[in-house]
This record gives sequence, C-alpha cells and structure tokens, in this order.
Amino acid sequence: METIKAVQNDIIEEFSMFDDWMQRYEYMIELGKSLPLIASKFKSDDYIIKGCQSKVWVHADLQGTKLIFTADSDAIITKGIIAILIRAYSNQHPDEILNANNDFIDKIGLKEHLSPTRANGLVSMIKQMKMYALAFKTQLN
Amino acid sequence: MIDVKKIRKDFPILERQVNGYPLVYFDNAATSQTPVQVIDTIVDYYKNYNANIHRGVHSLSQEATDAYEAARQKIQSHFNAAHPYEIIFTSGTTHSINIIASGYSELLKAGDELLVSALEHHSNIVPWQMLCERTGAILKVIPMDEQGVLILDELDKLLSDKTKLVFVNHVSNALGTVNPIAEIIEKVHAVGAEVLVDGAQASPHIQADVQSLNVDYYVTSAHKLCGPTGVGMLFGKQVALEKLPPYQGGGEMIAEVTFEKTTYAGLPHKFEAGTPNISGVIAFGAALDYMNSIGMENIAAYEEELLVHGTKELMKIPGLKIYGEAAHKTAVISFNVGAIHPYDIGSILDKMGIAVRTGHHCAQPIMDFYKIPGTVRASFSFYNTFEEIDLMVVALKKAITMLQ
Repeated sequence: METIKAVQNDIIEEFSMFDDWMQRYEYMIELGKSLPLIASKFKSDDYIIKGCQSKVWVHADLQGTKLIFTADSDAIITKGIIAILIRAYSNQHPDEILNANNDFIDKIGLKEHLSPTRANGLVSMIKQMKMYALAFKTQLN
Repeated sequence: MIDVKKIRKDFPILERQVNGYPLVYFDNAATSQTPVQVIDTIVDYYKNYNANIHRGVHSLSQEATDAYEAARQKIQSHFNAAHPYEIIFTSGTTHSINIIASGYSELLKAGDELLVSALEHHSNIVPWQMLCERTGAILKVIPMDEQGVLILDELDKLLSDKTKLVFVNHVSNALGTVNPIAEIIEKVHAVGAEVLVDGAQASPHIQADVQSLNVDYYVTSAHKLCGPTGVGMLFGKQVALEKLPPYQGGGEMIAEVTFEKTTYAGLPHKFEAGTPNISGVIAFGAALDYMNSIGMENIAAYEEELLVHGTKELMKIPGLKIYGEAAHKTAVISFNVGAIHPYDIGSILDKMGIAVRTGHHCAQPIMDFYKIPGTVRASFSFYNTFEEIDLMVVALKKAITMLQ
C-alpha cells in the first residue's frame, strides 16, 4: 500500500502532463463522473455538508485498520476534487490521514477550490475526514 | 446616449486581466466598480482634509464637515427627500434595515403582523424573524408566481389592521424583478401600516423619488452605485424617524449628558452615533454626481439594451432556462443550463476571465420555490458592452461542452 504522500506525488505527476487549465479541468470532470457513488443511505441529511455553492456528502467505514471514504456532491467539479481527495486519503490508517496535508492541491493548480470563500463544502469535507480519522483512531486504540 | 468607450476609461479595474483573459465583470448586482472620480475623492480627503466632523473649530474639521453635509444634500436631492436630516448615513443596507428593526422592537406587541415579500434577500428576512422572536409579532409572506412576480391579490388578503410594517425590495437581487412599490405603498397605507423599501438593487438603475412614492423608509448601499463599500443610506420620513428610538449610544447622537440622564440629539444625529465613515460618505456623494453626469435615464435605457441582447443570445443556447421573467426587470439574468450545477459553470467562466455570481444569491426561499440549488447570475452595468456579452456566450458554450 502506498503512503498518502506517494499517492499525492502520483497525482501531481499526472497533472503535470497537462498544458493548460482546460485539460486539467476536463480531467477533473472525468474523475468526477467516475467517482464511485456513496451508498444512497448515506446521501442523507446526516452526512451532508452544506456549502453556499455546492453540497457534499461524506461517509467513512473502518475496514481492518484502514479507513474507506465514500462521498458525493451535486456539482461535478466539486466531485472531481472529491475523487482526488478520496484517492489520496481512502484506504489509509487514521494516523496517516491525521498527519497529511493538502499542499498537493495547490501544486496541481486547483487551490482556488479549497478556499474557504468558495463555500463549496470541500474545506468542511476535509475537516470531516480528519474528524472521522480521529474518531476511528480512538476506536482502534 | 452613452459613450461606453469613454466611460470605460473611468474604470481602471476594467483594464485588468483575470486568469490570462481580459476581465468581463458581470457581477454588478453584488457590487459595482468604482470610477477614478470616486477613488480620487477618497484620496483627496485623506491627503488634504482628513479630520473628525461636527466637533472641531479648526479649519480641517470645518472642511470635512462641510463636505460630509454636502454629500447628505446631494443624496437628499437625488432621492428627492423633503429634508437633508431625513437621510441617515449607515454602513450599508443591512445596517439601515437593522436600525428600523431595532426601533420597531419597542413599537410592536404580540399579535402584530409584519409582511415580507417572497422575493427577499436574507438580510431583509432575518432581522424581522429576530424581531418577531423578541416581540411575539407574526411574520407573513406575500407570495410570488412562476415568473417571479408578487401576487398583489394575496397582499390584499394579508393586509389588516394588525399589519404594522411591510417590507419589500424595489428590485429582487436574485431575479431582477421590479416590484410595483407605488401600488404596494398605497395599499399598505390604506390599513395604516408603514412600508420599508430595500432599494439596494434598484438604485443603480432606477432613481426613486421618495416623496412621490410616499414611502416611509427607503434604504440602499453606496457600493451598488459606483461608491465605496461600508456606506449606505437610510431615508425615513421625519415622522417615521422621530418615533423610532436611537439605535446605538455614543458620541454625536446626544444633546446633553449627565450621569443622571442623557437627552438625545435630533435627526439625523440621533442615528449616527460615533465617528462615521467620513471619506466613504463624501465618496458616496461623488458617486451620485458621477452617475448623474451620465444621466440615470441614459443608464437605464442602455442597460435595457444590454438586457435584451443578453436575453436573446442566451436563449439560443439549448437547455438554458432563465429564472425571473417579469415584464419589468433590471439588467439581471439568472439562469441554469439543463442539469448542470451553477457552481461548475461559474468556476469555468472564471477560468476565462468572466465574473458572474453563482449560488442561491442569499435568497434561499426563492431557490426553494423553483426547487433548484441556485442559479448563474449575470448582472450588467452601463460600463459593460455587447461584445462582453458575446464573449460570455462563447465561454458559456465552451463550459457546457466540457460539463455535459
């Protein structure tokens, strides 16, 4: 299993192949479309993060010592970024998730979507993923 | 007639690039851009006569006070208020509304009724909900139809001798609908209640005459009218303002203070506690001078042409639906394309230098009415061009191709 850092570096490398923003966005939209959907029972108000702009649903399951995240959004670009975040953080140990940072989003030119002023739910989603990690870490100990 | 090329030279920001593209600014309903004439007024104040007002005998204070009060008179004359002291300077529309809501909390009793229109912005809903919680008064809603037009027959049914205050925006921020406020005011006065009109979206396009409208309160913000942020206006009829208690305690709003009792100053100072935004108020006056030098009627006529062109071009896009189809609306087009989320369209347009607003526009009840998460909103101003609208349409088509 690759570490979060290694996955993040893979993503940075993939994005470095694109010449301009349009290719990056097209790729991200493709990722958004292929994101495995969250189970419909978790797409409820209990799991919702309401941004001013878009909505995000996120859920976590512990399998062994690894956390598996599933998520969804009503906006496709938000969903594309969720796909990238899930690729980095899902199937990892809670400790790894708690220690990770999101600098790689900046490096792939998508920083503006993680700005709190965008109010698209992503900043809260990352916070929520860390909260899950913290909660399951306690459970593991 | 408007010479757009010449006007655009007054707005330095319109020269800039965004994400490598020339800026196309279509978020005018959120805030308008600022011409050099207004920017220079602010700079001139701080360079040459920055001083506190109404309390110095020295020359700078006198000059600043004169300029501040001259701005009040410009605003009085623009909105045709009967007296300069009926114009209260505030930090903006929200502040103006809160002054009235706060004053009303002492005038209302349980069971009194307030009416709000279904087209309201959150800042015109929340203060009244808070007021109702405090006083036991009841908030009722004047409904709208599919076109985004208020149903006045329903207003007739809601009005009664329990009605104390009705608040309605002159123009809806989310849809651009122009409300028939003269008719509403007449109906409301017939049951002896007062009317507060939120003019924030209207004042860049429509010059309200508060005396001929016979409105009790009319509020707006300078930054929608080419002025700076952080300044606004509360117009109130003298009788209306005099019965409201002061909003905040502090300097400027007092006549006499002893430890036993303070007597309050008269209008407008009763509502202007503390040192105000002096440069902002003076610049507000300069902004009205600027707009009047172009002519409000010329502005409205040109913006109408932009609206017609924009509507026509956007309607050619398959799957595009415009929300707010009132016969009488300002240069605002709120739309969605198929099932594409407004956030996705807004994000891609931004990448091409085009600034539009996306989301619920702080008017969630309207979005709930249409059962949509939000809209993309393009709002035009007199410094925008037909070519910019065409650029937006090309960019929008590109975004749709990427997103579908």
